[in-house]
Amino acid sequence: MNTLQAVTVSHLFDVSRPFVQRVLSGEPRRLLRAVDHVSFEIPAGTTFALVGESGCGKSTLARLAVGLYAPTDGDILFENQPMASVRARPALRRRMNMIFQDPYSSLNPRWKVRDIVAEPIKAFRLATRPTEAQGRVGSLLTQVGLTVRDGEKYPHEFSGGQRQRISIARALASEPHFLVCDEPTSALDVSVQAQILNLMRDLQRRLGLTYLFISHNLAVVRHMADWLGVMYLGRIVERGPAEAIFRTPRHPYTRLLLDAIPNLSQIGRARTPVGGEPPSPISPPSGCPFHPRCPLARERCRVEKPIHIVAGDVRVACHAVEEGRDG
Amino acid sequence: MPLLDLRDLTVEFPTRHSTLRALDRVSFSIESGEILGVVGESGAGKSLTGAAIVGLLEPPGRIASGEIRLNGQRIDNLPAEPMRRIRGRRIGTVFQDPLTTLNPLYSVGRQLVETMQTHARIPNGEARRKAVGWLDRVGIPAAAQRIDAYPHEFSGGQRQRVVIALALCAEPALVIADEPTTALDVSIQAQIITLLKDLTRDHGTAIMLVTHDMGVIAETADRVAVMYAGRIVEIGPVAAVVGCPAHPYTDGLMASIPSLQQPIDRLRQIDGTMPRPDAIPCGCRFHPRCPRVFGRCLSEEPDLMPAGTTRAACWLHASD
Repeated sequence: MNTLQAVTVSHLFDVSRPFVQRVLSGEPRRLLRAVDHVSFEIPAGTTFALVGESGCGKSTLARLAVGLYAPTDGDILFENQPMASVRARPALRRRMNMIFQDPYSSLNPRWKVRDIVAEPIKAFRLATRPTEAQGRVGSLLTQVGLTVRDGEKYPHEFSGGQRQRISIARALASEPHFLVCDEPTSALDVSVQAQILNLMRDLQRRLGLTYLFISHNLAVVRHMADWLGVMYLGRIVERGPAEAIFRTPRHPYTRLLLDAIPNLSQIGRARTPVGGEPPSPISPPSGCPFHPRCPLARERCRVEKPIHIVAGDVRVACHAVEEGRDG
Repeated sequence: MPLLDLRDLTVEFPTRHSTLRALDRVSFSIESGEILGVVGESGAGKSLTGAAIVGLLEPPGRIASGEIRLNGQRIDNLPAEPMRRIRGRRIGTVFQDPLTTLNPLYSVGRQLVETMQTHARIPNGEARRKAVGWLDRVGIPAAAQRIDAYPHEFSGGQRQRVVIALALCAEPALVIADEPTTALDVSIQAQIITLLKDLTRDHGTAIMLVTHDMGVIAETADRVAVMYAGRIVEIGPVAAVVGCPAHPYTDGLMASIPSLQQPIDRLRQIDGTMPRPDAIPCGCRFHPRCPRVFGRCLSEEPDLMPAGTTRAACWLHASD
């Protein structure tokens, strides 16, 4: 069964100037297509990872996946129910939760840790007596590698990695099936990152959690993901089993990303970096959005938007792959 | 004679109750045309080392002992004005966040021209020509047209290039680059790394590259210094430090990095956290977290000693 399913989801932001100014100067409305016809599904108990550079729409998609934004177009199904009805029913809504990137700004500095972790329990009325809630908080803290006594402290008394453990404990408090993790380790040092990634995998195994894991770090993604989606300018350009994509990346952008990562095993490597930067999503290029930076671009790529083609287990949106000239 | 030479540099922060030692007897040197990588976790003292070299320690922080020499001349005890002339002219700096380094009210051209004219007598027209040349060299497209643009009109990657151009335009012998690629996406990061390497090759500029990304170090640096809780625990050629680390901390750090090549089921983790400067353990400061700790580590603090092709501060490599 799929925990989450996105069917041709799009999300547009209105970035026009204020109404009066816009009308006076006769400008049309300006829309930013942050997420553009994205489809994917996440089977229960697995991890789907989204990678891409800043501004490609990863975080917008994360917010769509927990219903913080409503899609402009398309449908999102959570456990086969439409997102709108899930949001309306607390009993369903509590089954999804989110872990944020910045463990410094996502915890209320004026609350004790036990109150932070207890908030979802109170909000969803999951405990009948205060002592029961307290017991739950204690076991959640132990589950993420903290102690019951840490509950009496404030967030500033903890390091970044420990704060991220608190975030995880809070996310688990509503007994979710599905967690959206938006760059959960990118604010942490590598040795702490290893602790948090190990913890997340242990919890997934023990509790059967499903993750939507968002990151720009492909090595972290390789460690965590069962399924992978590569985003560029609001579109998923390649998706499929993570192992298959890492073994044979097909889309030129996926190859660029994999090649750009500095690697421990390549000491003193001379590289030929791909020039250019992702274009602005307000005025995306015509045709394939990647064509201005793509080494395989031809005339067709400039005019025609590629659709997803199936290559083995992987879906790729690229004319070069379709025409078999991807080498 | 090395270009930059640090000898037992110790930086302290006096507080009401005690004195915190943030850097403890840090020694290393950098030759011309060499890239020295400095790695370590947040709070290990990487950035502080850079700040101490350029004389920009935040008060009440101060150099308590040790010396810093640039081309043999001591620069740690210089008064403010001579130090200001060295900064920019002989030591350039690139900081992590390109948006806060640039003045948002001046065009990038004006900032470049001003920097060059502060350090050398250059007529306006020539300074402007040189500024265009620098923007072009760091890879800003259509540099001649964009010279009068303001920082907000550039993207993050381009801004970082402008900052690098600013650091280089007075042609310093040493550049201190503090996390120059951390705020950037991987494809842009690759471009900046290539740029830094080209500069050392073409101009013989020495670079002290401070970062927490071991991958960036492995590709860019000639030698690496690994810092832990205010000390250098291992220093040596990059291939040796990355390939066969001698210090258990370096070893743990390398193993905790997820690999693209062979995914493993479970990352090795170093349990616990780095001690704060007010609670440095006695003996070896890594001993409470060290998997190979033994009796001597609890009482005696190791100094850097030869360990294969690197030097490590670890009693495992003691010869006596």
